[in-house]
Amino acid sequence: MKKVFGRPESLTEVPFTYCPGCHHGIAHRLVAEVLDEFKVRENTIGVCPVGCSVFAYLFFNVDMICAAHGRAPATATGIKRVKPDSIVFTYQGDGDLASIGTAEIVHAANRGENITVIFINNAIYGMTGGQMAPTTLVGQVTQTSPYGRDPKTMGYPIKMAEMLSTLKRAAYISRVALNKPANIIKAKKSIKKAFQVQLDKKGFSMVEILSTCPTNWGLSPIEASKWLEENMIPYFPLGEFRTPEEVA
Amino acid sequence: MGEKMLMKGNEAIGEAAIRAGCRYYFGYPITPQSELTAYMAKKLLKMKDAAFVQAESEIAAINMVYGAASTGVRVMTSSSSPGISLKQEGISYITCSEIPCVVVNMQRGGPGLGDIQPAQSDYFQAVKGGGHGDYHLIVLAPSSVQELVDLTMDAFDLADKYTNPAMILGDGLLGQMMEAVEFKERPKVELPDKSGWNLTGCKGREHRYVVSFDLDPNILEKWNLNINEKYKKLKEKEVRYEAVNLENADLVIVAYGTVARIAKTTIQMAKKEGINIGLIRPITLFPFPEKIIASTAVKTKKFLTVEMSLGQMVEDVKLAVNGKAEVNFYGRAGGIIPSPEEILKEAKKYL
Repeated sequence: MKKVFGRPESLTEVPFTYCPGCHHGIAHRLVAEVLDEFKVRENTIGVCPVGCSVFAYLFFNVDMICAAHGRAPATATGIKRVKPDSIVFTYQGDGDLASIGTAEIVHAANRGENITVIFINNAIYGMTGGQMAPTTLVGQVTQTSPYGRDPKTMGYPIKMAEMLSTLKRAAYISRVALNKPANIIKAKKSIKKAFQVQLDKKGFSMVEILSTCPTNWGLSPIEASKWLEENMIPYFPLGEFRTPEEVA
Repeated sequence: MGEKMLMKGNEAIGEAAIRAGCRYYFGYPITPQSELTAYMAKKLLKMKDAAFVQAESEIAAINMVYGAASTGVRVMTSSSSPGISLKQEGISYITCSEIPCVVVNMQRGGPGLGDIQPAQSDYFQAVKGGGHGDYHLIVLAPSSVQELVDLTMDAFDLADKYTNPAMILGDGLLGQMMEAVEFKERPKVELPDKSGWNLTGCKGREHRYVVSFDLDPNILEKWNLNINEKYKKLKEKEVRYEAVNLENADLVIVAYGTVARIAKTTIQMAKKEGINIGLIRPITLFPFPEKIIASTAVKTKKFLTVEMSLGQMVEDVKLAVNGKAEVNFYGRAGGIIPSPEEILKEAKKYL
């Protein structure tokens, strides 16, 4: 019998620790499938963050290091500068990348570090129990914005993909979502492009992935996907913001 | 015989690091150590299989060191006091991960932004851990440009041997001064193989990871105890100090780095006046030379610890003396360097 579906080799058999309906599992799988398809699993070093995906080093069947909160792009820079022919990726959440680690992501992109960044934007801090993230939407209620995010004192949600796209050495920047199969297929293609950019040594690549956090949003998995579609996508438009053709 | 050259302290560290096989440097400019960053840029940017990155901050620099060092290569970063404070989180992670690297601190006056004059007020930070958690750095305290060279090379070996970050604790004076240095032929040292832990990509083996946490307190306690075993070994095997004129000394000065140099002049001045002053100069600040201080305390009843701080190392001297002798202290702060005359005047108070 022909095997038509299985676990990517780039994932271990350790069960995910993510909540039901959370998109981290899908994102992990897509990254793992891409690593398998490029046959680079044995030449990859991943950098996981602090946050819900802190345990990603157990799930990815590649060499991994767990960076300090926000510092994954710096740690990845160190690895890639020593091993320019290895595939190096970071996997970071919105608190990690867009708040505590803004300096690191901006400068890694500006230097054009030849790494791939997988950025999970679920508009909330998951692991610490649902606090406001830099990407929390206006009016969104969280533990630390109990009356809704007020832009007058809390600012507007940061659009990282657009912001980093202003940098000349950012070679590939896109935003995708995982709320329905059509978007998942597009997300996979985008992740593949990002790693292709790295394989071709064209510079920095990042895929921002809009994801759900049913637990901290207080919604069921289906409601969460719908909330993402109706609230996040209008503010965080999907698409490619930088492609290698634009790179000087 | 190695070649002799006239070099500035900061640049000598850079040359020593490169000769010790360090090809990766990540740093951020700060006075009074910027010449070191510039030296590494000048050399490493022209070398193959090497990298120099001027990081966006000291925080980024130390986390680049973490990544680079996790692949098993020799890596260095350097800074001065306020910048070293910024690196503490990263140093704590690297130490917990048991990854070797070298960190240079050319101290300046503090606290806060302080000034850019030489100081020794980061002693506590350097020898007691510095960041969060139970850990120590291997701390080496050079007192001349030649020692900056020799101890920088030793720092890489010690870091590799104990898979623990090592720190060169100098100061702005040592960094800025010029002296003749010799890059000596060094005997080949047997060092542990890194292939059991470094990240290379998992070709031909199971995937592996470098982390600095475990949520199971039983495992984390064991992890801490294992790290602590290394510190016990360091205390047994790696203590270094210089002892001067301890026989029949009326008083023994304990001082390290720049101050120890000055104290040597004080000893000569005292001799002319018929006063016999000895010196214990710790070369390793961690592990601290407790035993020589303890054994000296039995013979000499008076100590004077002199520091460019308001009294930090003196606490370790007191612990080593353990009540067996009188421990006095003299310190200058804020970037003031004590003169040999004022140290002698201070010593005379206790004679």
